[in-house]
Amino acid sequence: MATVDLKDVEKVYGGAVKAVKGVTIAIPDKALCVLVGPSGCGKSTLLRMIAGLETISSGTVSIDGKVVNEIGPTERDIAMVFQNYALYPHMKVYDNMAYGLRNRGMPKDEIDRRVKDVAATLELAHLLDRRPRELSGGQRQRVAMGRAIVRNPKVFLFDEPLSNLDAKLRGQMRVEIKNLQRSLGVTSVYVTHDQLEAMTLADILVVMNAGLVEQMGAPLDIYEKPASTFVASFIGAPPMNLLPIVASGNGATLADGTDIGMAAPANAVTLGFRPEDVDVVMNADRPEGAVALPARVEAVEPVGAESFLYCAAAGNRIVVRVSGRATAKPDDDLRIVAKSEKLHWFDQAGKRV
Amino acid sequence: MIGQSPVRTLIAHAVLIVGILIVAFPIYYTFVASTHTLQTILRPPLPLLPGGEFLRNYTEALFGGIGRIGGVGVGTLLLNTTIVAVGIAVGKIIISILSAYAIVFFRFPFRMTFFWLIFITLMLPVEVRILPTYKVMVDFGLIDTYAGLIIPLIASATATLLFRQFFMTIPGELVEAARVDGAGPWRFFFDILLPLSRTNIAALFVILFIYGWTQYLWPLLVTNRNDMNTIVIALRKMVSFADADTQWHLVMVTAMLAIVPPILVVVLMQRWFVRGLVDSEK
Amino acid sequence: MTPRVVFPNKFLPYLLVAPQLAITLIFFYWPAGQALYQSMLKEDPFGLRSKFVWFDNFKRVLSDPSYLNSIKVTIVFSVATAAVAMCVALLLAVMADKVVRGKGFYRTLMIWPYAVAPAIAGMLFLFLFNPSIGSLAVLLRRAGIPWDPVLNGNHAMILLVIAAAWKQISYNFLFFVAGLQAIPKTLIEAAAIDGAGETKRFWTIVFPLLAPTTFFLLVINTTYAFFDTFGIVHAVTGGGPGKSTETLVYKVYNDGFVNLILGSSAAQSVILMVIVIALTAIQFRYVEKKVHYG
Repeated sequence: MATVDLKDVEKVYGGAVKAVKGVTIAIPDKALCVLVGPSGCGKSTLLRMIAGLETISSGTVSIDGKVVNEIGPTERDIAMVFQNYALYPHMKVYDNMAYGLRNRGMPKDEIDRRVKDVAATLELAHLLDRRPRELSGGQRQRVAMGRAIVRNPKVFLFDEPLSNLDAKLRGQMRVEIKNLQRSLGVTSVYVTHDQLEAMTLADILVVMNAGLVEQMGAPLDIYEKPASTFVASFIGAPPMNLLPIVASGNGATLADGTDIGMAAPANAVTLGFRPEDVDVVMNADRPEGAVALPARVEAVEPVGAESFLYCAAAGNRIVVRVSGRATAKPDDDLRIVAKSEKLHWFDQAGKRV
Repeated sequence: MIGQSPVRTLIAHAVLIVGILIVAFPIYYTFVASTHTLQTILRPPLPLLPGGEFLRNYTEALFGGIGRIGGVGVGTLLLNTTIVAVGIAVGKIIISILSAYAIVFFRFPFRMTFFWLIFITLMLPVEVRILPTYKVMVDFGLIDTYAGLIIPLIASATATLLFRQFFMTIPGELVEAARVDGAGPWRFFFDILLPLSRTNIAALFVILFIYGWTQYLWPLLVTNRNDMNTIVIALRKMVSFADADTQWHLVMVTAMLAIVPPILVVVLMQRWFVRGLVDSEK
Repeated sequence: MTPRVVFPNKFLPYLLVAPQLAITLIFFYWPAGQALYQSMLKEDPFGLRSKFVWFDNFKRVLSDPSYLNSIKVTIVFSVATAAVAMCVALLLAVMADKVVRGKGFYRTLMIWPYAVAPAIAGMLFLFLFNPSIGSLAVLLRRAGIPWDPVLNGNHAMILLVIAAAWKQISYNFLFFVAGLQAIPKTLIEAAAIDGAGETKRFWTIVFPLLAPTTFFLLVINTTYAFFDTFGIVHAVTGGGPGKSTETLVYKVYNDGFVNLILGSSAAQSVILMVIVIALTAIQFRYVEKKVHYG
């Protein structure tokens, strides 16, 4: 139905503070684009600029090929789901959903049909006569979704819509949102600080930091090839292990001189590997083409299907994921082995080498 | 803001400025009048800018004594009004905080009866019991005394309710801790409760000071002597439209002097004032 | 009330409530009881003897045309004052909510009238609008408007309403500003996205959500107009011209203190008491039921 294009978009507050520093993103029709990043990274500001709730300091926002910088939120034909849902407290669920349609002068019977259709889809039909305060958190969330869907807009905007729900409900709604978005085929922009939500929902994942796009692409590509140490530590839980290294002769060592067992690429100063990409061996073998570090187990966290080992290696904290139950115990000495194809190298500026 | 256009912001400012002009104009014009001669005032319309008689008018009003109110100077009136306003504010705060303390932190027979007796006074403003109250004042010999001006006005359900509400938010653990530390009721009151109530007291003081300063009906009833008048009542006595010899320039000075102190209190203690206003109506 | 930790003490609490209780009993309950009692007494013309007449005084008061007139005057005055004070304050508060810069400055200038005694407010406006030396009265007459609040009852009423409303703007303004600030910004944004223009947003979202504040202020303003404006009436019109501005409170005072019709004045006091009780009850019902939106 619509594409969304951001070109060099900037947001400056009070002439000095830059919240968004030149962001360019092209979102194709029907795609779900997730903006993820820590709080204060500018993702919400960016979303609000797409919505028309914030003015655009420079650059352009286009919806369906048309620049909308000067168009107010009222005329942009978008719908938004807010973090706190922003349901009108004095209106019943029905009126909450019908409000946007009435404002656009749609005939009564058409409004009625649409509201009831959407309510049925979202299993809200029995709640239409209630007021928001009589609903549970999950139900409010659905109404907020319904209010957006019923409008059948060009673009959906989601501002951390699940962050007020408990963990279980959040997982459930995540799946539901994904399915709805796909079946409706409405181009969507979704803001979250939860990397799991971001990974599972996104067609296009945009990782933001300090007002800039750190990396953009398919979620698994980003997971497998993080462009920077920031992305590497932000995407994935527990985060990637990052160890400072020093090149020495034809090998490389950790900061304290511990030999890592292989050479580092030129300019690399940080070595990274994911917790699940390492093997733990109890013997002193040194496999070919792999990093091997001596480490001591500090704590073991069994969580059922897998366990996490928290190890210390030359002053660095390393997390290792092992499937099933861990045989290691605290204070065990062991060796951490990571194959070379599973290694990530980053330079002085934190960029991928 | 939702992409608000500069034009709309400009309109908002314009409306606000017009609003302020309307709100401030009567006070400003009074000031203007207080700096002109009587002759200028008697030939309206008055100029929009202050005249040159500021010093002369204010000196005359403050120290010269004003004929129509028995030669009493405005200084005396200001003193009376200040005593009354401060007396009412302080008195109300003291007796309210004490009774709220008793009702919240003690258990004793008739506790709730007392609470309701105090609460119901909300529904008995001076206006509904004018004559009998006046008679009580006469019987006690309180006419034309500061006590008469102050004491009947310091019983207030509002202040008691406010303190009660605030005290109920103080966790019981605090009382227990104090008792474990060996503090008796008075120690607890002075060492813990009073310091905690500081902001509430400040907020209430501003509201009550204004309340005391602007009283009308009560001072009108219980003062006969000119030198016991509050400034508001005296001002009323100074004005006569039927009479040509009203000394308007002095009236205007008196009006300014009656308005400025409470305005200063409100503006300078704005934070407390706004808080007190919102709290006392909860 | 939750059971709470208390001090075990037998006499101290009585000592603590004693001052307030004493003042309350002497200056509130005793006179109020007297008013109730006197409202059922009739004195002979010389004030020497009185007899108990049950509700005669009430019957007489309620069938007295001048009392009925005074009820009408009070209602007109209260409704007009509340309406003017609230509308102006709401308009200004909505504007203040829109501006980013200068909010504190506007508020500071807006709260002045609160500190002005009602009677003085009345006198200031009288000074501006009185027919002989009022500057604005002169301008009105030059503009061809036959303005005379001293002889024309309607003009006198308008003058009172302006003075009374002027003084109350500060109060309403502060509460409306607080009320507006309590409305979540995202609701306004959601409405904008839902296609509601600024005016529509105000009437369909902001105004309904402001209803609790508005209702509260309505009660407060009515109470104010009923009782606290005695000073304005007394200082500006003295109930005249004729009886065109004689409010209920003013009439109680006038009949009791000036005309010395004690039984009637007492009966009027009791009627006022009933009105206060009703207003207070409404106010507290509101506080109890204060609408907490989701």
